[in-house]
This record gives sequence, C-alpha cells and structure tokens, in this order.
Amino acid sequence: MTYMHIGKDFTPPDIEGKVTGMARYAEDFRRDGLVFARLLTSPIPAGRVVNIDASEALAMPGVLGIFTADDLPESKPPANPALAKEFITYIGQPILAVAAESEELAEAAIERIVVEYERRPFVVDPLDTLIEGGPDPYPMGNSLIRTGEAAAGTTASGSGVGQIKWTADQIASFRAGRFPTGATFPEEWMYGDVDAAFAQCSTIVEEPFVTIGYPHHSLESRTGMAYWENGKCYFHGSLQSHTVGHDALSAMLEIDPANLVFINENTGGGFGSKIFPYPVMAVTGRFARQLNRPLQLRITRAEEFYIGSARSGMQGWIKVGLRDNGRVGAVDVAIVGDAGAGGGASGSSAAEHISIMYQPESMRFRGMSLYTNTAPRGAQRGPGQNEMAAVLSPIMDKAARQAGVDLVEFRRLNAPGMEAKIGPRQGGLSSSYYPQALDMAAADFGWEQKRTLPRQISATKVRGIGVGEGYHSAGASGYDGLLRIAPDGKIYLHTGVGNLGTYSYAAVVRAAAEALQCNWENCVIVHGRTDYHLQHSTYQGGSNTMFTETRSSHVAAMDAIRKLKQIAAAQFGGAADDYSIGGERVFLTSDSSKGMTYGEAAQKAIEMGGEYSGASFPEDIHNTTKRAVQGLAGTGLIGVGKDTLPKSGTAPGFAVAMVEIELDTETGKFDILNYTGIAECGTIVHPIGLRQAMNGGGVWGFGMAAYERHVYDPQNGLPANVGLYQSKPPTYLDVPVQMNCSATDMPDPQSPVGARGIGEPAQGCAVAALMSAISDALDGHLFNRTPVTPDMIVNHIAQNGFNTGDLKTNTF
Amino acid sequence: MNPKLTRRRFIKGVIASGVAAASTSLWYTASGQNRPAGAVERLLTINVNGQTRRVDVAPQETLAHTLRYKLGLTGAKLGCNRGECGSCTVLADDVNIYSCSTLTHEVKNKAILTVEGLRAADGTLHPVQAAFIQELSPACGFCTSGQIMSAVALLKSNPRPTRAEARQALSGNLCRCGAYDHYLNGVMRASGQLS
Ligand code: FES
Ligand code: FES
Repeated sequence: MTYMHIGKDFTPPDIEGKVTGMARYAEDFRRDGLVFARLLTSPIPAGRVVNIDASEALAMPGVLGIFTADDLPESKPPANPALAKEFITYIGQPILAVAAESEELAEAAIERIVVEYERRPFVVDPLDTLIEGGPDPYPMGNSLIRTGEAAAGTTASGSGVGQIKWTADQIASFRAGRFPTGATFPEEWMYGDVDAAFAQCSTIVEEPFVTIGYPHHSLESRTGMAYWENGKCYFHGSLQSHTVGHDALSAMLEIDPANLVFINENTGGGFGSKIFPYPVMAVTGRFARQLNRPLQLRITRAEEFYIGSARSGMQGWIKVGLRDNGRVGAVDVAIVGDAGAGGGASGSSAAEHISIMYQPESMRFRGMSLYTNTAPRGAQRGPGQNEMAAVLSPIMDKAARQAGVDLVEFRRLNAPGMEAKIGPRQGGLSSSYYPQALDMAAADFGWEQKRTLPRQISATKVRGIGVGEGYHSAGASGYDGLLRIAPDGKIYLHTGVGNLGTYSYAAVVRAAAEALQCNWENCVIVHGRTDYHLQHSTYQGGSNTMFTETRSSHVAAMDAIRKLKQIAAAQFGGAADDYSIGGERVFLTSDSSKGMTYGEAAQKAIEMGGEYSGASFPEDIHNTTKRAVQGLAGTGLIGVGKDTLPKSGTAPGFAVAMVEIELDTETGKFDILNYTGIAECGTIVHPIGLRQAMNGGGVWGFGMAAYERHVYDPQNGLPANVGLYQSKPPTYLDVPVQMNCSATDMPDPQSPVGARGIGEPAQGCAVAALMSAISDALDGHLFNRTPVTPDMIVNHIAQNGFNTGDLKTNTF
Repeated sequence: MNPKLTRRRFIKGVIASGVAAASTSLWYTASGQNRPAGAVERLLTINVNGQTRRVDVAPQETLAHTLRYKLGLTGAKLGCNRGECGSCTVLADDVNIYSCSTLTHEVKNKAILTVEGLRAADGTLHPVQAAFIQELSPACGFCTSGQIMSAVALLKSNPRPTRAEARQALSGNLCRCGAYDHYLNGVMRASGQLS
C-alpha cells in the first residue's frame, strides 16, 4: 500500500527543543515564591516510625513545614505508601518531607529531625523468607495475594499480604535445581496433558535459573513541582503516559479531574516506571496545597534508585521436552518472583513468553510473588517476558544441541506463525510474521556462514554466536481520538499520549493525517498539557502505543471525514456519499468544482453547531474526552470518537536478534562484534524512530545480560550499588560500534495502518541473543543467571564450578 | 538485626550505606559536615556563551547550579549531580566538563559554552544540532545537551574523527535510552562523513 505519511520519516516537533536546550522537563520549571521540599528516608530495612521530633527543624528560620504519613490517606500493605509510618519495608523509603525557602535549608532541617524507629526482621532474598521460620518482609507475611488481573501495563495487583512457607527440604531441592515436590504455589495454569507429553519427548532438559532485578534509573528522576491557583492544581510532573494518568493523579490529590492541569511535555525516560502516577506525586501536590506556595520536591539520583522502581527478579526451575521432530512437546516451569517491597512479580507473563515463542504443545506454570525488603518493583520494559527471554534462550539452545538441531532451525520449527496460540487460554493473535523475521535475521546476520566459523580466535579469545527472541502483547483498543480542523485550514491533531522519548506520540497522529490526506506542514500536534484539551489516550507502556493510538487517530479522522462530507452535501446538495476528499478539500466526486476547502468546511461547522462544532459529542467517549471537546466547542470542525473497531486476539510485538561476540578467556570480558535485530511489528510507521526503538532496546538487553543488578548486603539490608556507576547501564563502550536493525514491514489487519508496537521485544531479543552467544562461546555452558559478569565467566573457565550460585539473588 | 552480624560485615554494610546516603546536594559537598546553608555569596563575573554575566556565587556552588538556577540556562541537565552521567556537560575553554562537579569559582576565568550558546547569531543551528535532528539522535532528550557538548568539544579538536574515536570521546555521556548509535551517526554526519 502506498501511503502519504505512514512509513516516511518526519521531524518530530519536540526534537529541536531537545538539541537546543529549550525542551523543558519538570525540574526546569520555577515559579515566583517557589519553596523546596526534600525527603527524609528510612535508614532501616523494616520496622515502623515510633516518634518524629521535628521541633528543632521547624524552629529554623526559613523552614516552612513538615509533611508526614499523617497528612495522607491511610495506605495498607502491599500498597506502596508515599510516606511510610507503620510499615517501613526498605532502606530509602520516604518517611517525611520538609519544605523551606531553599533546598539547602530543607536539607539542613532534615538533619535536625529526630525519628525514633522500631526495627523488625527483614529479608533480601525471597527464598530466605520462603523457608519455614524465615523472616517476613511485612509483619503479616511475605506474599502478594492476588485478587484480580494485573492492571494493564503494571505488575501490581491484589490487595493483600499473605504468608507462604516451604520446608527446608523443599528449599534445598529448589536451590539444587529440582522441582520442590509438594510445595505451595498460589498461581498455577496449565494447558494440555504435560506429564503425558513429557513421556513422549526424546530430549529432556531440566534447569534452575535466577534473574536479578535492577533499577529503572530513568535519567530524569521523578522531581515534580506543583502550585495551586483559584482552586486548580498545576502539576509539572514526569510521566511516560499523559491523560491516562490524569484521573489517578486527581484522585491522589482528592480533587475533581477538571481542577487538575497536568503539564508534561517532555519526559526523561520512564521504561515502565512512570506509566501511571507514582506515590511521591501525592506529597508534591498536597504539600503545595498545605503551604499554599508553589513547591518543588526534588528526587535525587540516590532517591531515584529507591523509589524509582525496579525490575522484579525470578528464581525458578524449568523442564523442557522435545519430540523427535524437534517440536517442543512440553514445558513445565516454576517461578518464585521477587516483588521487592510492594508491587508484584511477573511470573505468569514470563511463562507466557515461553508459550508464545516456542508454541509448546502442552505447558504448566506454577508461581508466586514474594516480597523482600528491597526497593519496590514495578513494570520494567517487558516485565516477565524479557527476563525469561534472557535465561530461556541458552536453555533452549541446550535442548536443540542435544537433539542435534541448529539453533536457528530449531526456532524455525517452533516459531509462532499466523495460527500461533498464547498462554493458558491458548488464544490467537491478530497476525504474526515472526517466521519471516527469523529468516530475515538469519540472512542479514549471515547465520549460516557464521556458524561454521571456528570458535577459537586466538589463544585467549573465543567467538560466540547467539540467537534470541522477544515478545510483548502490543496493542489495545477502546481509547478516544480527537482532532480539530480550524477555519484557517490548520489541522490540530490532539493526543493524550505521553512523550516518553520514542516520538510515538507524534507518529500515531500521522494515521489521522493519512486518512485526511493532508499535508504534514498543515498539521499541528497538540499534546503535553491537559488544559490543551486532550482526549483520553492509552497508557504509554508495554509496546502499546502504535497499534492502539493509530486506531483511535484513524477513528477521529473518519469522524471528521464524515462531517466534512455532510457539511458539503448540506451546502451543495446530494448525499454525503457523493463527496470525496483530496488536496485538503471536500468535493462532489462527479464535479470537483463543487466543493470547499477544509478551512471553509470548518467555518461552516462552527455555523452549523451540534456535533460538527463539538457542541454535542458521542456518549461513549471518556469523560476526559468530553471535557476536551467542550473546551474546543465552537472553534472548528471536531473529529472525535471512541475506537470500537473490531479487535480479536492478542496483537503481538515480536523481535529476533543475532549476536556475535569475542570473549577474552583471561578477563571474562567480551566485545559485541555484530548485532542484528529484526522487528516484527506490522507496518513500519516511522522508520528512523523504529530503528531507534530497536537499538535502544538492544542496549537495554546488553545491560540486563551483562551489567545491571541489585546488590544488597544481607546482613544489614543495605543496597551496595545505588549509583549509576555501580549498577551500570551500558555506556558507548559496552555496545557495538554500529548496530544493525530492520523490520518485516508487513501489515497487521487489525490496525488501519497495519502497525503494532515494539518497545519491549527490542530488549528481549537482544538479551536473549547475547546470553545465547555467551553460552556458545563457552561450549554451551549455562550460567542460568542474569547478569553474567566477568567474574562468573573467569570462575567457570577456571573450573570453579559456578553455575546458578544456588539461586542466590540480590547479592554477589 | 541479624544475630550473625560480624564486625567486618557490619563495616561492609556501613560502607554501603555511605554510598546510599551520599549527598546529591546542589552544592559541592566535599565533606558531609560542610553544609552550605548561610554560605556567603560573592559577586563574580563569568563569561557564558560569549556574554559577560555578573552573578552572586557561594564558595561551594557548582557551575550547574549557577547556570540553571541563577542564569536560567536549564539546557544542562542534572541526571545524577555526582559526576556519573554527563547530562550536565558544558565546555570550559573548549574542554567538556561536568558542570555538576565543577565549582563556579574554579572556572571564573574561562569561557563557558552551554547548549544554549551554540546557535549562530542568525538562529542557524550548529552543525552538531542539525545533524542530531537529522539522525533522530535524541530519544527522551535528557542526556542530549551533554552529548551535544561532548560532540562539539570533540569536533573542535578533531574535526574528522572515526566512529571509534567518537565513541571514546562521548563515553563519559551516559544515555539511559541507549540512543548511542544515533548519537554516533549524528557526530559522523556533523563532521561531514555521512551523507
Ligand atoms: S549530572 Fe553531572 S555528571 Fe550527572
Ligand atoms: S536520550 Fe534519554 S537518556 Fe539519552
């Protein structure tokens, strides 16, 4: 299909601000009378606040007030409170905020506050609380009781804390890589007859695995600034979504959503940690109201480590069976998820990754979400799927090698195609061209040629090649689209999608420009402030934006086109169907001289009123959208609608990567020589933006495979790597000099422009391929652990026997 | 408290907590006791983006603080405020420095260049800025001004760097979005080596 805009590069309107320093982030805003708040955080991993004596601090000149948990609605575990009182569950947890005329004063005041704490037992490794007699991270237990499905884009769900314990024998068995017979798992699903299927498998692989969580470390911390004017709260914040967080933030401040203006044109990274408003935003907004002054609450880099969210960890066991023909006949997997202090782990999503990527004929998942007294966990780029991709790839390689099948051929045999099924319900997909992506990757990378190269490069250097796959569900429906054609002919494309840095907020509205067949130069993207009259748009996370929001943009455009034709018919006679659009005009198909420009039609819409001008609107749109339309009413032709287009099955985002490394057997370090990533995300909407998503995801994959992890001192519950240089995101020197990315570019039938998302699989494929390549370089050795660090590699080469390290996690 | 706590392990823990508590104050805190509240400011003349600016500066004040909060130049970002990320990078006499870890008093005799000072007088973007737009180098953009300033410093001393040299030169600038490939494309384009 030939498009005007889809599949073409464009210059997103916010990029100039980013290269000139004019783009402003929440912390860049100041306001007359601004006061500064800072946090006092917990020095203990578990306990409660007995008493706070702030008298000395409050007596200091320039200190304006203190804000504690008593100033907030009560919060019960496992909800992550903005400020802790009865339930301190990790070091670094905010206890109170102090406001002063300067930040330095606020910091000095914090040092004068005396907090009396009562300590409780704590735990940093999930298996240490799971064992009978082990300490619990909360007084009432150690596990999340799920009462429903996780909210979209998050791992958090459930409303209770329960207690699960295993016997010492069960723990010992699990640590040794065996299934803990008779052990309790509150989460379980299965399809097919797993035990019978294993009996028919000729290749069986059984392995333990552990993945350590790590902080999101968005480069922009979650500093916010709020002020109140005429009963309205103006909030400069940092979210990766935009309007979808509006109601939640209003609820946190206990105000009518109409009285909140949320301002967030640029966001310095979120990666899942800023999908929805986070607890500390309640302090910023409420403290500002209490003091009746504009207030900035700075979150420092160290504080961001603690409250900026982190990936959940997994400790697990897996058994995989292959039939004679190389098909995966059965998979059995058990996962103990580490949810840190609050949040939920992602075991079921991890298992789902296996079910889709290898299409096992039968499968069982058993799991649980356990708490530890470590930083709270939340959604991080492909939660569950990506850490599973990391450990799964080398395990599947082992099975393939054992069965005598090439690693890529093995994946071809099991690849999810159009008829693929997913998860416990074995639902279908909107489409899948994954087998084509795999072939593209093999061709671009030169797999056939590289697999024949000698592994030994020199006396101390070995080569490894690897392949890996990433998946995430990548699309929803039911959100609203909104646009306005003004009498001057400009087309204002509204979007409530956040600006998390992928430019997808801009790419998706091009679906409306496409349908309206208008020049991009005449389009203006309206975004970034809720008082710009923005509609209810999707949360921006989970590879979700492209599919979901190209649909709602298209819906708004179709509504505008219908109205354009009706307006023209009213003017020139005949039926609306007799009219066409083109060249930013609506005209009689049989006589194009009878017509009017979009601008003239917009003027007419204002005169006609009703739905044409936004004076009335469809009932099924969200309240946020209704408010937006009311704000725009009478200013042009309004195109608005809820996405009720047909949708069935899961819209998948897939990616496959291949990696070649050169590993130094003396130092345990390696260089990535070649990286090829192929996206399978339907039609390409924004080519350079897609490359950036794939490359950025690739870098995240290398981080998970080799560098990033939590390290806690189990004796004191203290984190040892709070800074960026300690749990190091990859730098320029840790990634290949050049990365190679491409995409299948084949349309998904359920998106009007064929598009699906890619953000999460971009990481999953990279971490999986790198883990596979490390294993390949070491003759198929399995570490079954992320990250794989040089000391592990050197120890393995020295035959010190390091493997999963008994499933130890959150420590060295 | 764990009953098996040994002295060595306790010390290890305390060291870790020291890391955790390290100040990220907007002031250079060489010592924990050295609280800046009430520090006396002194009127300083500094040269920023070709202009002479007079500004009251406290002894421990960082250049990032002066630029962002006293001169309103918020292009340099504070990703860490402790010399770990490079998002605060500016040039002092054409050398890229972390402004979060530099005292303003230290650079009072140097010419400071920030991202806001790169455009030509007629508004034309600097070649690095233009190239970064073309290559869609920034993702979230938070590290971008730092990347740009390191790229500008590199091209001043080495107008036609190889990709590997550019990679080394920018390696003090972290990008959490992982947009490295696009930043390097931008540097190569700005140096006329990519068309
Ligand atoms: S803010 Fe200066 S190096 Fe990070
Ligand atoms: S573009 Fe986001 S940190 Fe570099």
